Amino acid sequence: MSHPPAPRTVEELTITSNDEVVTVRQKVRATAIELGFSLVDQTKVVTAASELARNTLVHAGGGQANITIVQNGARRGIRLVFSDNGPGIPDRQLALTDGWSSGGGLGLGLSGSRRLMDEFVLESEPGRGTVVTVTKWTR
Amino acid sequence: MAVQENISRRHVEALLRDNEDGILGRWVQISNEPLRGRAVENDTRKELQEIYHAFLRSMEDPDGASELRGLLSDLSRSRARQGFTPSETAMAVFGLKEAVYEFVETDGGEEALRGFIWLSRTIDGLGLYTFESFTAAREKIITDQTEQLLELSTPVVKLWEGIVAVPLVGTLDSARTQVVMEKLLQTLVDTGSEYAVIDITGVPAVDTQVAQHLLKTVMAARLMGANCVISGIRPQIAHTIVTLGIEFGDIVTKATLADALSYALRQSGVQVAGMRPGRAAVRAEEA
Amino acid sequence: MDRVPILKIGDVLIVSIQGDLDDQSVLTLQEDLADRVVATGAIGVIIDITAVEIVDSFVGRMLSTIAGMSRMLDAETIVVGMRPAVAITLVELGLSLGGLRTALDLEKGVALLSRHGTQGTSDLSAVGL
Repeated sequence: MSHPPAPRTVEELTITSNDEVVTVRQKVRATAIELGFSLVDQTKVVTAASELARNTLVHAGGGQANITIVQNGARRGIRLVFSDNGPGIPDRQLALTDGWSSGGGLGLGLSGSRRLMDEFVLESEPGRGTVVTVTKWTR
Repeated sequence: MAVQENISRRHVEALLRDNEDGILGRWVQISNEPLRGRAVENDTRKELQEIYHAFLRSMEDPDGASELRGLLSDLSRSRARQGFTPSETAMAVFGLKEAVYEFVETDGGEEALRGFIWLSRTIDGLGLYTFESFTAAREKIITDQTEQLLELSTPVVKLWEGIVAVPLVGTLDSARTQVVMEKLLQTLVDTGSEYAVIDITGVPAVDTQVAQHLLKTVMAARLMGANCVISGIRPQIAHTIVTLGIEFGDIVTKATLADALSYALRQSGVQVAGMRPGRAAVRAEEA
Repeated sequence: MDRVPILKIGDVLIVSIQGDLDDQSVLTLQEDLADRVVATGAIGVIIDITAVEIVDSFVGRMLSTIAGMSRMLDAETIVVGMRPAVAITLVELGLSLGGLRTALDLEKGVALLSRHGTQGTSDLSAVGL
C-alpha cells in the first residue's frame, strides 16, 4: 500500500576550488542535521564528504558532488555522489589501502571515508574518470 | 458492469446511512467481544463512530480517504500501546463486515448482496492498512524502548575530582558500546576529568567488534587529552582478546575497579595514606 | 582569505581556530606558526580546536606537521579542546596523530606546558647545568 519514496536530490554542487570544498561540507552538514543524524554521525558524514571532495579536486582537478536523501523502510539516509572526468584509478584495491597515496596526502581519503560511511561504491575507469558513491543511514 | 457496480454500491451506502445506530451498535459489540472487558465500551463506541462517519464520507468524496486512514492509524497506535494483539486490532475493523451482513441479510435484495461484496473488499483493504499501521507502531515502540534501555544501562559516575567511571553490566553489543563511548567522552568534557575508568567486571563476554570499540574509546579519549583505564577483565575475556589477536598495546588495564582508582589517583598526584581496611585518609597534593 | 590570529602570552603562542577553514588557510596557518615560533623563541604552542566541528586528514596532517616542526624549533605543541565527535571520527578515519600532545581545555594545556617547563629545568640542574 505504501511505496518507498523516490530518492530526492537536495544539492548539486561543483568542486573546482578550496572554497567549494568548504561549501560541500556545509551543505552536507545541513542535510545531515535535517535528517536527524546524531552529532557523531553528522561529524563522520561531513568528514567523509570533506575527504572525498578534496580527492575530486586534487586528483581530477575538479568535479561534481550530489547530495541525495534516500529511504529504506523506516530508515532515512544521506547519499553522496562524487564524480569527475579525471585520470581515474588504475588499481582500485590499492587505492583503498590505508596509507597509499598518489596526491601526497596521508592516503586515508578513500579507505577512511569507507570506514566512516555505511555503504561505499567506487567506480573508476582509467582515462575516463571516477564516481564514488557513499551512503549513511540514520540509526 | 461499472454502472451495475455503482448501483449496488449506492445501495449499500444507503443501507449504512439508514441503519447507522443498529450497525454501529452491533459493530461495537463484535469488536469488544474478544477483548473481554479490556476496553471500555463507550471509548470503543466513540472511536468506531468516528471511523464509521469518516468511512461514509470517503464513499462520497475520494479525498475523504486520507481522513479515514488517519483515524485507522490512530486506532492502531493506541491499541499497540495498550498491548492488544494485531488480530484483535484488525478484528475491530473486520467486525464491520459482520455487523453490516446482518442488515444485508434482512434486506435480502440482490443489489444489497452485490453491494456487500464491494464493501467487503473495501473493508479488507482497510483491515490490511490497520495491520500495517499496527506493525509500524509496534516497531516504533520497540526502537523507543531500546533507546531508553541504552540510556539506562550506561551510567557514568564520578569517582573523584577528575576521575569518572562507567561500570558496564551485561552483554555488550556494538550499538551499546558505541553509546557508552560517546557518553563517556562527553562526560570527560563536561566535568573536565582527565581520567576515565571503564569497568567490565559485569561483562560476561566480548567479541572482536566490542573489543575494537573499547580500543577506539581509549584512543579517542587520548586524542582529547584524557587517559582511560580498563578494569575488571575476567580471565575468559583476557583469553578471548589474546586468542582473537587484538592488540591492546599500551592501554592500562587493572584487575579491579579499586586498583584502577588507586592508579588514577596516583597519576593525578593524589596520595593515599593509611590504607587500613575500611579507613583511608586522602590528601591532595597541591600543585 | 581569513588569516588565523596567533596570540603570544609569555613564552607561549596560542592559536584558536574558529569555524571552517579551507585548505589554503590551513597551510597559511602552518607557515605563519613556524615563522612566529622562530621569531619569538616560544617554548610552547597551544592550538585550541574547541570550535572546530570536523578534523579531516588534511587538518590532522597540519596538526602533526606543526607539532613536528615546533619540536625541531624546541617548542612543545599541545592541541586542546577536541570535541568527542571529532575524536571518534578521527579514530575511525584511521588517524592516530602520533606524537601529538593533547589536553581537555586551554587551562589544562597551559598547566601541561608549565609542568614540562619546570621538569626540564630540574633535569638540567640534576646534571649540574
